Amino acid sequence: MPAVIRIEGLTKRFGDVIALDAVSLDVAENEFLALLGPSGCGKTTLLRAIAGLETPDAGQILIDAVNQNGRAPYQRPVNMMFQSYALFPHMTVADNVAFGLRQDGLKGAALTDRVREALARVEMEALGTRKPQQLSGGQKQRVALARCLAKRPRALLLDEPLAALDKHLRERTQLELMTLREKLGIAFIVVTHDQDEAMGMATRVAVMDRGRILQTGAPRDLYDRPLNRAVAGFFGHMNIWDGAVTGTDSVACAAGTVRVADPLPREGAMVAVAVRPEQITLRGPENDVGSNQITGVIAEVVYGGTVSTYFVRHGEHRLRVVRQNGAGAAFRRGDTVTASWPAAAVRVLAP
Amino acid sequence: MRRIPWLGLALAAGLAFLYVPLAAVIVYSFNASRLVTVWTGFSTAWYGELLNDRQIMAAANTSLVVGVLSATLAVIVGAAAGYCLARFGAFRARWLFATATIAPLVVPEVITGLSLLLLFVAAESAVPFLPGRGLATIVIAHASFSMATVALIVRARLAGMDREIEDAASDLGARPFTVFFRITLPMMAPALAAGWLLAFVLSLDDVVIASFVAGPQSTTLPMVIYSSIRLGVSPKINALAALLVAATALLLGCAALAGRNRLSGRR
Repeated sequence: MPAVIRIEGLTKRFGDVIALDAVSLDVAENEFLALLGPSGCGKTTLLRAIAGLETPDAGQILIDAVNQNGRAPYQRPVNMMFQSYALFPHMTVADNVAFGLRQDGLKGAALTDRVREALARVEMEALGTRKPQQLSGGQKQRVALARCLAKRPRALLLDEPLAALDKHLRERTQLELMTLREKLGIAFIVVTHDQDEAMGMATRVAVMDRGRILQTGAPRDLYDRPLNRAVAGFFGHMNIWDGAVTGTDSVACAAGTVRVADPLPREGAMVAVAVRPEQITLRGPENDVGSNQITGVIAEVVYGGTVSTYFVRHGEHRLRVVRQNGAGAAFRRGDTVTASWPAAAVRVLAP
Repeated sequence: MRRIPWLGLALAAGLAFLYVPLAAVIVYSFNASRLVTVWTGFSTAWYGELLNDRQIMAAANTSLVVGVLSATLAVIVGAAAGYCLARFGAFRARWLFATATIAPLVVPEVITGLSLLLLFVAAESAVPFLPGRGLATIVIAHASFSMATVALIVRARLAGMDREIEDAASDLGARPFTVFFRITLPMMAPALAAGWLLAFVLSLDDVVIASFVAGPQSTTLPMVIYSSIRLGVSPKINALAALLVAATALLLGCAALAGRNRLSGRR
């Protein structure tokens, strides 16, 4: 799939702060890419740089193989939906949508047709004469979306599109965005700080921290095979122990000897091993000391409907275990249990 | 909030202190007597006489023209200054520019008037064909201090405005020129209207600076009031003052309405 947007070594500083640190990234024609990271990680700066609203200090952005350096926002074939929606308060909904088209010189029937088409796409054609302040949050978002789509951009940039919506609307909008992108067949780049949002919507996720891209991949790959602690911590929870390699397939750490199926560095190297909470099984206490298992006391049980989260105290550590409710015997706080996990479930992270 | 019993009383006293003198002027403008301080009966005669006083009518006209011109000039210059302060980020000597813009608000009027007078006199002697002091010099003087007010209002308005709205316009294909005239300016409009009205009122009420820079043919309304009072108070002046108070109140009311954030980007 050809890259519609190619970012090469993009660097941006704000005073002493490095917002983007030599970021390189390809965005394919037809993908839903999420830029995921904590606030201040540079994800919004990257999005704004693609739109041309930030001037990079180094590196370049190519859209359809055309270098965009030195091109103003109004010259770029991408459009951005802003977090605040940024609707023009002194214009009606229809005029908001028409604004971008008028800049392209569209007039008369061609203009009204395109406006109607864009508003119909987000089911807002009935409210064209309203002013933005007469709309609800969800409606404002639809207008902002229609305003971008009317321009038929090569890629749509969305800055925290769901952040201002309540939980119910968020799920619906998420599904709608996914359907919309499939219908339009253009690239969507969405900035979010919410991992669930990123995993749910995107076909590919780029995890960012402190101006760098830590890892990119399909949501499942990032969840199953995080490369480092930051990615592991950002996608759900992981039980992580620091340790040293003791053999071709074993690591010694606070959880005893952990057998690992993944390749390990040479003996004596410092690594971290990590296990997802749902990969761990609990059973009654056993005395034999094997590998990939620990025995401890349940310190806390957090009930969550379909699943419950158990915290098993083991020395200094609190092991997090997620268990399907109604599968097997229920454990209570204070129970002594043995937790175990298969070698295949263990991930090796940089220390 | 806990109510303090004498707070209402204090408020009433404060308001009375501010407005009883004004009320007295308005009430006595309807006095039939020629003596200002003796009430003899209700009459609107003084208003009639006021309209027949050619000197006062000419001065009113001058004030109106000066007010409109100086307010317009102040809005253009003040809006530019306010826009710079709000939008140009941290440019060199920004604080100096900010202080210099606001300074006319705190410099005593006598000093402003005197310095402007010296400037105009110097300009007249330096440039041979410059017309003498008159309407134009009052307009310039008034605009120079009321632009500070406009700059403050515009700056506050822009500071409260979502920058992303201008970004969005740019992203949608609008050139900077279009962004300014189609987006920024319309959103600034309430501030410009409020600034214009305030500048007009400031000009209408000024006597000190106008006295310094006015020429022999350009007497403003407050100057007429001031000079006629020195010759003895005529009830006619009460009527004039009542009209000025009414006009000022009306304009300030309009300014307050225009300045309300009806069009702001936030909800």
